[in-house]
Amino acid sequence: MGYSFPEEVLEHVFSFISLHTDRNAVSLVCKSWYEIERWCRRRIFIGNCYAVSPGIVIRRFPEVRSVELKGKPHFADFNLVPDGWGGYFYPWICEMARAYPWLEEIRLKRMVITDESLELISKSFKNFKVLVLSSCEGFSIDGLAAIAANCRNLRELDLRESEVEDLSGHWLSHFPDSCTSLQSLNMSCLLSEVSFSALVRLIARSPNLKTLRLNRAVPLEKLSTLLHRAPQLVELGTGAYSAEIRQDLLSNLTEAFAKCKELEGLSGFWDVVPFYLPAFYSVCSRLTSLNLSYATIQSPDVTKIITQCPNLQRLSVLDYIEDTGLDALSLSCKELRELRVFPSDPFVADANVALTEQGLVSVSEGCSKLQSVLYFCRQMSNSALTTIAKNRPNLTCFRLCILEPRAPDYQTLEPLDHGFGAIVDHCKQLQRLSLSGLLTDRVFEYIGNRAKKLEMLSIAFAGDSDLGLHFVLSGCESLRKLEIRDCPFGDKALLANVSKLETMRSLWMSSCSVSLGACKWLSQKMPRLNVEVIDEQGDLDSRPDSCHVEKLYVYRTVAGPRLDMPSFVRTMNQNPAYRR
Amino acid sequence: MATEDDQYGLEITELRLGWPSGDGEKKDKKREFRDIVGGGEEVDGGGKNRNMEVVVGWPPVCSYRKKTIVKMYVKVSMDGAPFLRKIDINGFKGYSDFVIALGNLFGIGDEGEYIPIYEDKNGDWMLVGFVPWEMFTETCKRLRMKKKVSLDGGLRTKNLMRKTEN
Repeated sequence: MGYSFPEEVLEHVFSFISLHTDRNAVSLVCKSWYEIERWCRRRIFIGNCYAVSPGIVIRRFPEVRSVELKGKPHFADFNLVPDGWGGYFYPWICEMARAYPWLEEIRLKRMVITDESLELISKSFKNFKVLVLSSCEGFSIDGLAAIAANCRNLRELDLRESEVEDLSGHWLSHFPDSCTSLQSLNMSCLLSEVSFSALVRLIARSPNLKTLRLNRAVPLEKLSTLLHRAPQLVELGTGAYSAEIRQDLLSNLTEAFAKCKELEGLSGFWDVVPFYLPAFYSVCSRLTSLNLSYATIQSPDVTKIITQCPNLQRLSVLDYIEDTGLDALSLSCKELRELRVFPSDPFVADANVALTEQGLVSVSEGCSKLQSVLYFCRQMSNSALTTIAKNRPNLTCFRLCILEPRAPDYQTLEPLDHGFGAIVDHCKQLQRLSLSGLLTDRVFEYIGNRAKKLEMLSIAFAGDSDLGLHFVLSGCESLRKLEIRDCPFGDKALLANVSKLETMRSLWMSSCSVSLGACKWLSQKMPRLNVEVIDEQGDLDSRPDSCHVEKLYVYRTVAGPRLDMPSFVRTMNQNPAYRR
Repeated sequence: MATEDDQYGLEITELRLGWPSGDGEKKDKKREFRDIVGGGEEVDGGGKNRNMEVVVGWPPVCSYRKKTIVKMYVKVSMDGAPFLRKIDINGFKGYSDFVIALGNLFGIGDEGEYIPIYEDKNGDWMLVGFVPWEMFTETCKRLRMKKKVSLDGGLRTKNLMRKTEN
């Protein structure tokens, strides 16, 4: 005879389980657990908005309070996905407005959201608290005004890296005087000026404000006024960091920063005038996060800052830091977890700065907690990569971009296969990898054999043949996202690994050698994949099956082919039986 | 994994980009244009170019960062105008409003009396409007408003487009 816990007890136990993967595992134990779990799941994460439909989500999870959705593929960040591709939020908000009156949080990434949708959000959810729009587009200041005006309990409004149509209009003043709940405001992506007086008033009546990221248009002269009103800030993004050289301005700013005893993170720093850098030296010892990646300051100035930040965990910087600055980083910042070095002049082949592979080697030696690297440089060698791998077996994310495509080991002129091979060999917990430089099929053999925890792989201008792709698809057990551009990968590897594609979130291939016929065949064989061909030249119907497709995006879905595609996107073998 | 390559026996794709190393059979649009123009500056086949061959979306710097990192002011000259002007390329979303702004810069509107041309990072003079907008913003070094002359065979075009010293 069986026994079972009362539902309430199970529900209480489940309330301690928050990771999506764990929740999914719980729901698979048995039918009753599935039922209990689906009624008490409060947070939903949908990594591909086309993998499932709003209706299916709502039917299964009726009591959701927080939704996170991602739309366009990652390569959209680099203009590889044409405008109008999709990723529309509107169908979601329409259904959620009806189904989830108690929704509190919406987080979107790479999606298109209109002012109409924003207005719908602002009017549909009485308890709405958090709106994060990351790399989104399609809306204007008017939409923001609606959010400000109607969301009485708004806690977080974060527009990071979104493209907002900046019509004239002051939306900040739409926050009612009664709104005092704001904890986080990120408007760094806005191009035009905001009403400064409205901003000051808003900040002054938000005692719980912890994160404030200003846009470039907020002048440096006004920063101290804001800081005086919000000395409790934990994260600050400055506006433009430039002004006329004035001693009194420097003193004011220094004093204002000194009052911010909780400050742990700094960003912003557009248009830096080095004279004003010392103003925030007093907070450096506490800093865990520093984003100087828009600051066009030279190595000595950067070095002066980071050598005062012993607690730094995350640093983003331009390659102006140079090898010498990275040497200093490796000596001063022993808590460093994440380093991102961006190129100051990416389209010129000759180096404009003295930043080489040596800088990264230094950091890998000195910073024992380093886990995540994004590094743009102009030269690399197998020996440097091997050294880095041996120094830092704890790396979980390694993204290297050698600016010149197919650049070989600059010392030996050989491919960089061995170097990347060492990375996947030593770094057994590696989850994310981006390759660059001259690479043959051999590197993919190494990756397929060794990178067992790899979840996301980005490949460009690499490989010799289908074998390379085959190694990856057949070897990388944990692979979820694969994005490839300009590689000689074609039909054979794809068609030999069709079932693998259903275990992944998505596959992107552009400027490769996949034929239209193969796409059709794949789609027929795998009805639970959407095989989308993007081709801007038109008249796909009259092309022979042997022709190569421009861009291919394959993803698993339970929602069938999507219905909102523009003319240049076609789902192969659209089967009406699968339409929702 | 021996005999890997035999198993598949595949031809390398015909999809190539024209790299300076010269292994690309496919000539891209830029090369063709240079042939018409009869330009003298030859791409160095063996060594490294001063400036990189331009590829859409490479290096992978996201467009948000590209727009915000630096204001892309380029000089614009106009035939007959004594002074140059500057225009911020990154301040425009595409060719349509850009070309209008160019016209406004010199108070000439866009009736078509002048054709805009630009010098790219490789030192070639190109007609504005052929490459994708993003590529244009990445490669344009300076602009020139060329007064239109009636085209006669291909020769006049060649004369018009000859690289000038400024």
